[in-house]
Amino acid sequence: MLISDTLARSLVAGTPLLLATAGEIYAERSGVLNLGVEGMMAVGAVAAFGTAASTGSPWLGLLAGAAAGTALAAVHAFLCVSMKANQVVSGLALTMLGLGLSGVYGRSYVGMPLPCRFRHDPMLLLALLLSAGLGIVLFRTRWGIAVRSVGEHPGACEAAGVDVARVRYACVLLGGAMAGMAGAQLSLVYVPSWIEGMTAGRGWIVIALTIFAGWNPWKAAVGAFLFGGIDISQYLLQSYLSPNILKMFPYAATLLALLAAGRSPHGADSPPAALALPYRKGER
Amino acid sequence: MIRVSSRTDPSRGTAAGVTVSSLLAGILLASLLFAALGVNPAQALARIFSGSFGSVYGLGETVTKAIPLMLIGAGLAVALRGKLWNIGAEGQLLAGAVCATAVALRLKDSLPAPLMIPLLFAAGAAGGALCGALSGWLKTRWNVNEVISTLMLNYILAELVQFLVYGPWKGTTQFGFPYTDNFAVSATLPCLGPTRIHWPTLLAALLACAASAFLLFRTRFGFETRACGGNPEAARYAGLAPDRTAVLLMAFSGALAGMAGVGEVAGIHKHLSYPWAISSGYGYTAILAAWIAAAHPLLVIPSSLLLGGILVGGDAIQTSMGLPGSAISVFNGILLLAMAGGEFFLRYRVSMPLFKVRRLSKKAAC
Repeated sequence: MLISDTLARSLVAGTPLLLATAGEIYAERSGVLNLGVEGMMAVGAVAAFGTAASTGSPWLGLLAGAAAGTALAAVHAFLCVSMKANQVVSGLALTMLGLGLSGVYGRSYVGMPLPCRFRHDPMLLLALLLSAGLGIVLFRTRWGIAVRSVGEHPGACEAAGVDVARVRYACVLLGGAMAGMAGAQLSLVYVPSWIEGMTAGRGWIVIALTIFAGWNPWKAAVGAFLFGGIDISQYLLQSYLSPNILKMFPYAATLLALLAAGRSPHGADSPPAALALPYRKGER
Repeated sequence: MIRVSSRTDPSRGTAAGVTVSSLLAGILLASLLFAALGVNPAQALARIFSGSFGSVYGLGETVTKAIPLMLIGAGLAVALRGKLWNIGAEGQLLAGAVCATAVALRLKDSLPAPLMIPLLFAAGAAGGALCGALSGWLKTRWNVNEVISTLMLNYILAELVQFLVYGPWKGTTQFGFPYTDNFAVSATLPCLGPTRIHWPTLLAALLACAASAFLLFRTRFGFETRACGGNPEAARYAGLAPDRTAVLLMAFSGALAGMAGVGEVAGIHKHLSYPWAISSGYGYTAILAAWIAAAHPLLVIPSSLLLGGILVGGDAIQTSMGLPGSAISVFNGILLLAMAGGEFFLRYRVSMPLFKVRRLSKKAAC
């Protein structure tokens, strides 16, 4: 009973990580590093909660969360793809902006219970289907080849007739939508309520999971549910250790995961060659 | 219609112009957002800047908040020149605060202030440096991205501080609040007159900016930093050690952040308390300070004063206009986005050939 309950809760805790990681994998595969996941998740969470609370429909909430994440990602795409901005700076700024906006808009939702809930949690299934589907598209279709090649050698893609900017925009926006949905899962299913700062660094763990998964949406599920389990282990161990020490676990585990990924001998797990490099037609 | 051509090495005037216009564009965008939130943007901006620069009290608070920004920003500027993203100043600040608190609580009043205060700063710098060096080592030895490792350490140190103030270090004289006992008088920093400007830290901050600029532009280490930041492979080929440089840079910026933490606990609070009380996001705001200063340590001084003012003004609109504290995070986020976007105009010349054609035709007429 305890074991199956723990497993079930790990899956729920891992769902937002899986959604956002699959999205970030697409952005990074196309060559755009998006460090704004934390901010996109936060606006997704608050938009989803607000919409669900006012319309009474969690599905509309989920949609609003995805839209909010996409909107914030559009800023990143514009700056990084069109304006060739520094992707680290833009992503950090996006996190500040997203966390700030969620705090400002979420002021009236603090302490409010969610009036409507999903009858059955659809998010886990959605996350599994989406990440599996995105994996298939990435590795088995022409679109996937375009995404992967644009992240490796945008110049060659442009010469082959691929619109680099369009592919990158699409991937960054997709990443935003997935991060927004991840936020929606937090405020509609996992918690379910709105608390400022409820993303609690999950956006950064997602960036680490992207590396841990070797930029592969299928492997992302392993990492996400592993971290879901670590999240849940806090509740199992709370009678033995101080809650503050327990709260360090996911962050320490992230460092360990990156250590493991950093020493992995597989060359296939190296980042996309053009990651975080802006591309401009005709420039080398 | 609009022509974009790349340019190399923009002049100083162009760079300054682009920075100032980016900041103004950011303020304009933020105003639009305030308006969308139903807040009169002119009024909000007036409150922000009159709150921070409009009175002696406000100015004092602005300088007080600029102190940690200067210290951290100087270190981040040097690290940025070496292409290192230290996002962990928040945690390194807390590490410094924890180490200084450990020394202050243990030694109590056994040392006179002239010995005690340098000792506190040394302890804080060591704590911050250790924290930064850890990320540098993880990066160079284990290939762990420093953005993520420094960020994870931020969360870990925030929890450590909470663990300490709720648990083993909880004070006996604080009426049950999660604070440590107050530091002995000899372990607290003197302030300028009635303000909260703890001047020893201010002095350290100004010196740190100057020393960082000297280090960066006048020493062998600075040259290595800039070379490794420019092209680590070429630097390695030339016989430099980019890995060692990276660890040292992270330790250096961590040490300055740790000293900022000492200023906060020994100068302002006189005890260790909640992590978010010790640092209201200074580690993140300082990234903005270093970026606005174009990673020049001396320019970090004015940019820190500006951002210190915005933080103080943020408190002012929080109390007077009922905006939540996160509004200032929105403001800073937009400023940084505008700065990131503004860089485009440094690297590319944007012109509207419409005008050029006219000029050409004039020449042709001659």
